[in-house]
Amino acid sequence: MSRRMSGAQMVVQALKDQGVDTIFGYPGGAVLPIYDEIFQQNDIRHILVRHEQGATHAAEGYARATGKPGVVLVTSGPGATNAVTGLTDALMDSIPMVVLSGQVPTFMVGTDGFQEADTVGITRPCTKHNWLVKDTDKLAQTIHQAFHVAKSGRPGPVLVDIPKDVQFAEGKYVAPDKAEIGHYQPQVKGDAAAIAALVEAIETAERPVFYTGGGVINSGPAACKLLRELVGATGFPITSTLMGLGAYPASGQNWLGMLGMHGMYEANLVMHDCDLMINIGARFDDRITGRLDAFSPKSKKAHIDIDASSINKVVHVDIPIVGDVGNVLGDVLKLWKSRGSKTRADAVQKWWVKIAEWKAVDCLKYTNSDKLIKPQYALERLEALTKGYDRYITTDVGQHQMWAAQFLGFEDPNRWMTSGGLGTMGYGLPASIGVQVAHPDALVINVAGDASMLMNIQEMGTAAQFRLPVKQFILNNERLGMVRQWQQLLHGERYSHSWSESLPDFVKLAEAFGAKGILCDDPAKLDQAIKEMIEHDGPVILDVVVEKHENCYPMIPSGKPHNEMLLGDDSTDGAIGASGAVLV
Amino acid sequence: MPKLSLKKGASRKSAYDLRSPLSDVIETHTIAVLVDNESGVLARVIGLFAGRGYNIESLTVAEVDHTGHLSRITIVTTGTPAVIEQIKAQLARIVPVHEVHDLTVEGPSVERELAIVKVAGTGDKRVEALRLADIFRASVVDTTLESFVFEITGTPDKIDAFVDLMRPLGLVEIARTGVAAMSRGT
Repeated sequence: MSRRMSGAQMVVQALKDQGVDTIFGYPGGAVLPIYDEIFQQNDIRHILVRHEQGATHAAEGYARATGKPGVVLVTSGPGATNAVTGLTDALMDSIPMVVLSGQVPTFMVGTDGFQEADTVGITRPCTKHNWLVKDTDKLAQTIHQAFHVAKSGRPGPVLVDIPKDVQFAEGKYVAPDKAEIGHYQPQVKGDAAAIAALVEAIETAERPVFYTGGGVINSGPAACKLLRELVGATGFPITSTLMGLGAYPASGQNWLGMLGMHGMYEANLVMHDCDLMINIGARFDDRITGRLDAFSPKSKKAHIDIDASSINKVVHVDIPIVGDVGNVLGDVLKLWKSRGSKTRADAVQKWWVKIAEWKAVDCLKYTNSDKLIKPQYALERLEALTKGYDRYITTDVGQHQMWAAQFLGFEDPNRWMTSGGLGTMGYGLPASIGVQVAHPDALVINVAGDASMLMNIQEMGTAAQFRLPVKQFILNNERLGMVRQWQQLLHGERYSHSWSESLPDFVKLAEAFGAKGILCDDPAKLDQAIKEMIEHDGPVILDVVVEKHENCYPMIPSGKPHNEMLLGDDSTDGAIGASGAVLV
Repeated sequence: MPKLSLKKGASRKSAYDLRSPLSDVIETHTIAVLVDNESGVLARVIGLFAGRGYNIESLTVAEVDHTGHLSRITIVTTGTPAVIEQIKAQLARIVPVHEVHDLTVEGPSVERELAIVKVAGTGDKRVEALRLADIFRASVVDTTLESFVFEITGTPDKIDAFVDLMRPLGLVEIARTGVAAMSRGT
């Protein structure tokens, strides 16, 4: 039997029925009725952020750390437009997120009312789908449908725009099991013939590689388990994109490390020289492929992806398999076992010998110093001192992000949250808040840069208010490090606006927010500072003053193929040619 | 119409695979898209083409099933085989899209477009316009002593040919509907 209630009550009821325990939001005129209902209940916790962009990144962190959709509530106009960056970020990285936005009452829509914006128009290209609800009777059903779309297939952000009169009006509430969720049902099962072709390719490959991405993590812990089983059964090397770290453990014996522009030398050379590339839940992003016409020229390529449009988008593949990673890997393993499959063990063994030669290059080596803290050293110490903890890492975007990916090891999925596709500076602090809300007792660390940190610094207030003990680990080089590195390589060392002048005193800034601040500029005192950060029961900013002009290596210069990587001790003169210079 | 083997989110095996997916040849394809007739759905489709830099040569849309609230969008587009495949895959993942049919590769199809053409003139030119209209089976839907408005239906090529002939005879204005298309047979 359907119950009658106001639209605002429906919103809260629908969220409860969807199993939502936390929402991130910021009130305003057009969502007051919903906030009134939130006030009168205790099942859903509301985290008040300081800026709507913070709410979206916090929801992304929450979603990635739990596998559940992150939920955001914002007001009309500026509330909704401030959410646009987070929506785009979630779309690029396939993060399930449901944003509910207030809207001016239906009779005012189109009149340029106060705080009116065409929210569904603005967010159409940056959501998986969005809805403007004009009738309270359809509100509950639309919210249930929104959750279905956000979670199914390739996950992504959705937005439901709710005019204020729809929130006040009464209507019929529909429970999730009674709601019509429409025809949207993406295919999860892979084509049997294609799976058989993949198994045969695995049996005959001499120089194989698994290239995995965020899709494995989105598919869930079961998919990660199957991936580990398949890697174990075949003995093939495995590399991963930035988004896929943790699906296969960093301590696993087949692990090559991350690939791509700042990926491991051995991982990129394996990609270049392989004869079978098995892409699982990755999308041949330009950070991965480098120069397309020279990308892995000798390989047969298989691609498992739940999104058919990801297949053959930029790289033509020989074995396309549309389906959910977990489902397809389950079928691959079943067929593998039933056929009693074996790999070309002798050839694969030779391949591993070659890989060992590349590994011996030791591409992450750097010159340490006892006077200045090297950013790589800071991350090595962070890794060593936090290894035994129930640890989650978020990052901002730039050099520190790449160093974190290189020097921190992830044993499990859902432990690494970073802005990959969109590359959103300011993602890390709010994301760490979302992770900490989901895992109150865990050690949550945001590896940040001094510039990224300031992009959403206001969220320190959120951390303080909700007593979220997030640790902000700033690698402070007083530079926009990655911009500076590119200006050095590409623009004749003309460092146009890539330094951070008038930086705040981060210790005092932390204290101003009611958090703890620690400064460290001495390699000898770094361990002590990190321990102090970990042990403090509350939010901390640890300002690690590092070498200012350290470059991030290895690096595939833009416009170059995988086998033309720059290592730390290479000359960088003319590293990027004219055709590479136009690329980002 | 028979379903494209490209189900939502599916890869497809069809006669299309006989052509090289890596060819650089620009092809013209007519794609029929069945969508929920909900607000903003046309904007989603057009936004996809604009945002990803695909061409639209012609686009028609109208509700075709009132009880089911389904609209049919017919798009004529151009691109290399890889781009055409990408367009179809991108269309198929739009949430309110039910079916995507590439009429150009799914076997024989019929294509029709309607145009209304105004031609002004007197004397021989006027007589000639009427004579040509008769040959093209265009009908006169309005006339004054100095003008005709013709209605013509046919393939886009036929309409192009008619318009070209009318140009020296006093062509004033053209309104075209864009292509509606359907596969032949059952």
